[in-house]
Amino acid sequence: MMSERRCSQEDDCSSLLSRLGSDSPRPRMKYGGMFCSVEGAFENKTLNFESFSPQTQRRRAARTHSDHYDGGDVLRVGGQTVVFPSGHTRENYKSSTQTIPVSPSPTIMTIIKRNGDRLIIKGGKVVNDDQSFYADVYVEDGTIKQIGENLIVPSGVKTVDAYGQLVIPGGVDANTNLLTPQKGLNPTDDFYQGTRAALSGGTTTIMDHVLVEPGTSLLSAFDQWRETAEQRACCDFCLHLDVTRWHEGLYEELETLVKDKGVNSFLFFMTFKDKYQSSDSQLYEAFGVLRDLGAIAQVHAENGDIIDEEQKKLLCLGITGPEGHVLSHPEEVETEAVYRAITIAKQANCPLYVTKVMSKSAADVIAKARKKGIVVYGEPITAGLATDGSHYWSKDWATAAAFVMSPPINPDPSTPLYLTSLLACGDLQVTSSAHASFSTAQKAVGKDDFTLIPEGTNGIEERMSVVWDRAVSTGKMDENEFVAVTSTNAAKLFNIYPRKGRIAVGSDADVVIWNPKETQTVSAKTHNLTLEVNILEGLEFRGVPSVVISGGRVVLEDGKLNVTEGSGRFVPRKAFPDMVYKRIRARSKMAEARGVPRGNYDGPVHDVISMTKSIPPTPTTRGPPCPKTQTCLRNLHQSGFTLAGAQVDDHIPRRSTQRIVAPPGGRSNITSLS
Amino acid sequence: MSDCRRQWNREDELPVYLAGPISTGPNQRKSFGMFSSVEGAFESKTIDFDNYAVGRKGSRTPRSGSRERVLDAEGGAERSAGRRGHRNPERLLIKGGRVVNDDQSFFADVYIEDGLIKQVGENLVVPGGVKVIEVNGHMVIPGGIDVNTCLMKPYLGTNPVDDFLQGTKAALAGGTTMIIDHVTPQPGDSLLDAFECWQEAADKKACCDYSLHVDIPQWNETVKDELELLVHEKGINSFQVYMAYKDVYQMSDSELYEAFSFLKQLGAVVLVHAENGDLIAQEQRKILGMGITGPEGHPLSRPEELEAEAVFRAITLGNRVNCPVYITKVMSKSAADTITQARRKGSVVFGEPITASLATDGSHYWSKNWAKAAAYVTSPPLSPDPTTPDHLHTLLACGDLQVVGSAHCTYSTSQKAIGKDDFTLIPEGTNGVEERMGFVWDKAVAMGKMDENQFVAVTSTNAAKIFNLYPRKGRIAVGSDADIVIWDPNSVKTISAKNQQSASEYNIFEGLECRGGPVLVLSQGQVVYEEGKLQVQQGTGRFIPRKHFPDHAYQRVMFRNQGKEAVTRGMYDGPVYDVVPTPKYITPAPSAKSSPTSHQPPPIRNLHQSNFSLSGAQTDDNVPRRSGHRIVGPPGGRSNITSLG
Repeated sequence: MMSERRCSQEDDCSSLLSRLGSDSPRPRMKYGGMFCSVEGAFENKTLNFESFSPQTQRRRAARTHSDHYDGGDVLRVGGQTVVFPSGHTRENYKSSTQTIPVSPSPTIMTIIKRNGDRLIIKGGKVVNDDQSFYADVYVEDGTIKQIGENLIVPSGVKTVDAYGQLVIPGGVDANTNLLTPQKGLNPTDDFYQGTRAALSGGTTTIMDHVLVEPGTSLLSAFDQWRETAEQRACCDFCLHLDVTRWHEGLYEELETLVKDKGVNSFLFFMTFKDKYQSSDSQLYEAFGVLRDLGAIAQVHAENGDIIDEEQKKLLCLGITGPEGHVLSHPEEVETEAVYRAITIAKQANCPLYVTKVMSKSAADVIAKARKKGIVVYGEPITAGLATDGSHYWSKDWATAAAFVMSPPINPDPSTPLYLTSLLACGDLQVTSSAHASFSTAQKAVGKDDFTLIPEGTNGIEERMSVVWDRAVSTGKMDENEFVAVTSTNAAKLFNIYPRKGRIAVGSDADVVIWNPKETQTVSAKTHNLTLEVNILEGLEFRGVPSVVISGGRVVLEDGKLNVTEGSGRFVPRKAFPDMVYKRIRARSKMAEARGVPRGNYDGPVHDVISMTKSIPPTPTTRGPPCPKTQTCLRNLHQSGFTLAGAQVDDHIPRRSTQRIVAPPGGRSNITSLS
Repeated sequence: MSDCRRQWNREDELPVYLAGPISTGPNQRKSFGMFSSVEGAFESKTIDFDNYAVGRKGSRTPRSGSRERVLDAEGGAERSAGRRGHRNPERLLIKGGRVVNDDQSFFADVYIEDGLIKQVGENLVVPGGVKVIEVNGHMVIPGGIDVNTCLMKPYLGTNPVDDFLQGTKAALAGGTTMIIDHVTPQPGDSLLDAFECWQEAADKKACCDYSLHVDIPQWNETVKDELELLVHEKGINSFQVYMAYKDVYQMSDSELYEAFSFLKQLGAVVLVHAENGDLIAQEQRKILGMGITGPEGHPLSRPEELEAEAVFRAITLGNRVNCPVYITKVMSKSAADTITQARRKGSVVFGEPITASLATDGSHYWSKNWAKAAAYVTSPPLSPDPTTPDHLHTLLACGDLQVVGSAHCTYSTSQKAIGKDDFTLIPEGTNGVEERMGFVWDKAVAMGKMDENQFVAVTSTNAAKIFNLYPRKGRIAVGSDADIVIWDPNSVKTISAKNQQSASEYNIFEGLECRGGPVLVLSQGQVVYEEGKLQVQQGTGRFIPRKHFPDHAYQRVMFRNQGKEAVTRGMYDGPVYDVVPTPKYITPAPSAKSSPTSHQPPPIRNLHQSNFSLSGAQTDDNVPRRSGHRIVGPPGGRSNITSLG
């Protein structure tokens, strides 16, 4: 209670002060001539964004509040979590203090150990999504404390040498499946293996998908995932929820998840018929709810109905190998679903995030929709950016099966180039990996029937290198855009910016020293996964992380990975991310349709005789047993006027039967107003 | 006709089928000077298409067949015979006109006998006593074909005010000499019964030739047999499916896929009413919830995007099934653009804008006059964007859209008033059968967007080709039906409900001026409309059966029918992960989107389950660890089939 009160007091104070900084019209001071820099511009290159971004006003309060507890080690943990998002600060703090006595001591130990690291990254070029500059970065307590030249730092600080290299924010992988079972099979790479690989590739935050099987509780699935991840993950993580069966009863759970649990994104499947697929009606309803809650709708966009039919057809034709997978998931089917999802999102005025954009035409649909002003984001993945789907026709079953994922990797060899181009120009925004690894033995479950092959490819480790090699070193993208598509955009979209996705004072110390010159060759022998195949086997990529710092601790240095199981923290995300919702909010205000005020129609009304023809709503073809669409005929005025009952010649459509020249009560002139 | 054939034989000394427009060898082409015409070119301008149109050899038979059928069915053989007897002797010569077909225009006289065009050319030798119509250089065009009318579509027990008599009268007055009407059975009704009911009504009343589309309200097994019967025995080759009208006509994507596949096998053209019914239902509820009950709720609940989305989906389905798709009622720019783009990518898709979308826009939904606003209610709704008609005309002119329909389905104001407190109950439909040709001329040809040949193509020839009526309809050629319109491009007419043929009391084009119109209309060789006066006889219209596999729609599809091939590989003989029947795999619950016909995915068919197993469920199976899944040395030794490529 005490802390809460203090918190709010501080809060008032800080917000007042912060407003002074930004709102009051103070004269702008010029130092020197036109091209002279502002005084002190190079001292601290980074904006202290906390003080004047209105959303994050309370953060300062939180910080001080954590400083207050600086003395004790245990409480330090609280401080660690407390640092950022305002709304969750207190809850988090509470929950962490509550859980600490319960949770086993190793967790505390690791975190204490983590906090011990004080680092200065020297001589590197700091690259954010908006600018690059040379500066040293000082890291303490898992956050970035100072940025600038000639920093004054305590003695005994470890120095990380970054001369000639780039200092970039750690990657954010917005799509992984490290625990999602498929057909009863668990992925070979769990949170430990997966995050370890992520860190080795320069990714310091992952967003994993919680698959909620139909009929189970969202909250319990979330708790299970979070628990597992907290025990195993080596890097920070967020969670998306995959809603496999929408019904209105989910509203409360969604609300809890969004408001209390720090989840602001939910994925819906338009495919996996009879299992996870949602109908258009369901999507529309769900999108409406998500918009009200301030969450982002994600879709796995493929037309499940067509795929199902095509699969049946191909199996009948005797095609059972992995090539059947790509044949039954043609590009158009993906494009169609993307188009439909965008239409639904537009109607519901809900932001949409299309996961796994695998084909040119799907990417085009997104780009066009964005040009029309629809709030939609597209996410190409490592596999789609690095390779093509010709391997589905490989003579080696194991190789072919390793590529099986949906939407499938496009057989058109020009697809990767095209997707990188769209990524570079901003039509696609986020790169992720859609990492879901299944061993060959697991994939072989479907050796006689391609529909049974568990779907998923690796890519968590190679993601950043692939983007660098395909986009930056080919000159399509600059280093700032590289940072944007690998981390900043994802952080902004999912509302963990600027805690993640930026090198700035106060941000988490998830920093990667990127060496753009070195190359690496991908191989299943050398990668950090348990998987025995790698779909990028033998490909060479320029650009590798030479040092990776996660939560202020060096986890990769000199090629050696030094991770701690369970050191990853859950990063809660607030609702209504600014980048997404500013436009949505403005539109919901605009979009109110109005009826036309008219006088009541008082002309003759045709008497509906045989009500038998109006069919009782048949079990809907496409919808779940969802709300009724339409009630029966609501002809309230039926008794008002009738043509003296059924006419004998009603069935003969003649002019005279329906035109009433002089209705009883005289002509109305409401019908001839205009 | 036979004379002409023999002549050809003699001249070229080639069998008729080789004397086609494609010359088979370089030595056959005789040129008579560069710009001079081929000898005899003007004698009989028209190719005797009947003889070498592959797959159309029998096009003559159904006609006589149908005539007999009519006689039998009517029972009033004498009356019909008398009628025909009265009509048939009429021999007509249209003199001094400019014949306009979809491919070329030329000056020629047209001689008509027995309801057929017998000769086309100059200086025709005709028997004496022939009635001569001097047209003084006016255009002589094939009569229009309106591919989309609903003259009998019931709505809650009421029928449209224009039935087959009124509707076809209106059609003839507008220069349309053939209509294709939609048979709209209710879910659960037999398609065959509905078809027969429609045919009977039309045979009694129609004044011009007609054919029928059959709408499929529901997809199930019994429908399949009926479809087969309709295609093979009744002469129907086009069926409409609905993507809208949730819980009534709407089909799911799976059902659409099945329907498309089946109709493709039958060689029928799939007509699609393309709107996303799921979303419409949601929007309707929302808008009614907001208290909007007037006709403006109709366009608000059916925004353009939903039409474009459904068009996109229908085309995708068509591509997957490899089946021609015909989009009825293209009402918005974005839907038209979607079709354009798909055609550019090679999809076999046709688009049909209608009179209403070509001549007016949806701003009237917001009219203060309820009756006026309600008169515009049709679905997909007219786009409120006033530039839509222009855009659609442009696409028609360049061939991206192919056919102009009217979607004529008129309800009186009192019928529309069924929905006076709830816009979802307003019966849908607008007029347009009478104004169709006029507006295309006025907005496209008179504006310089389109030439007269393209005008003929979009108002008649393309429809005839797509629905396999060509060249019997849609062309002025020897052997074609004498459905001819003398078109005056300069006549100006103001549209009004007062002087229209249709029985509806409200015309949505009220007050619009329209340049171009028919001076004289011939249907089956009879003058039915002249100088503003109609002389029609109820029941003279014949049912025109249409054969399946229309070339225009199916030729490309047939070539694309190539199979997919599997990769031949050795059997995978590596380790297979043992699928422990975990409780995690939940039994597939009742589907959200499934149709009753599609079955659940079969249970996992692991034929090799007995070959190798990790000795049953492991204690640590639930802990995903490396050692659990990688089988380093499988029993039976390593296989090298997995390391081939």
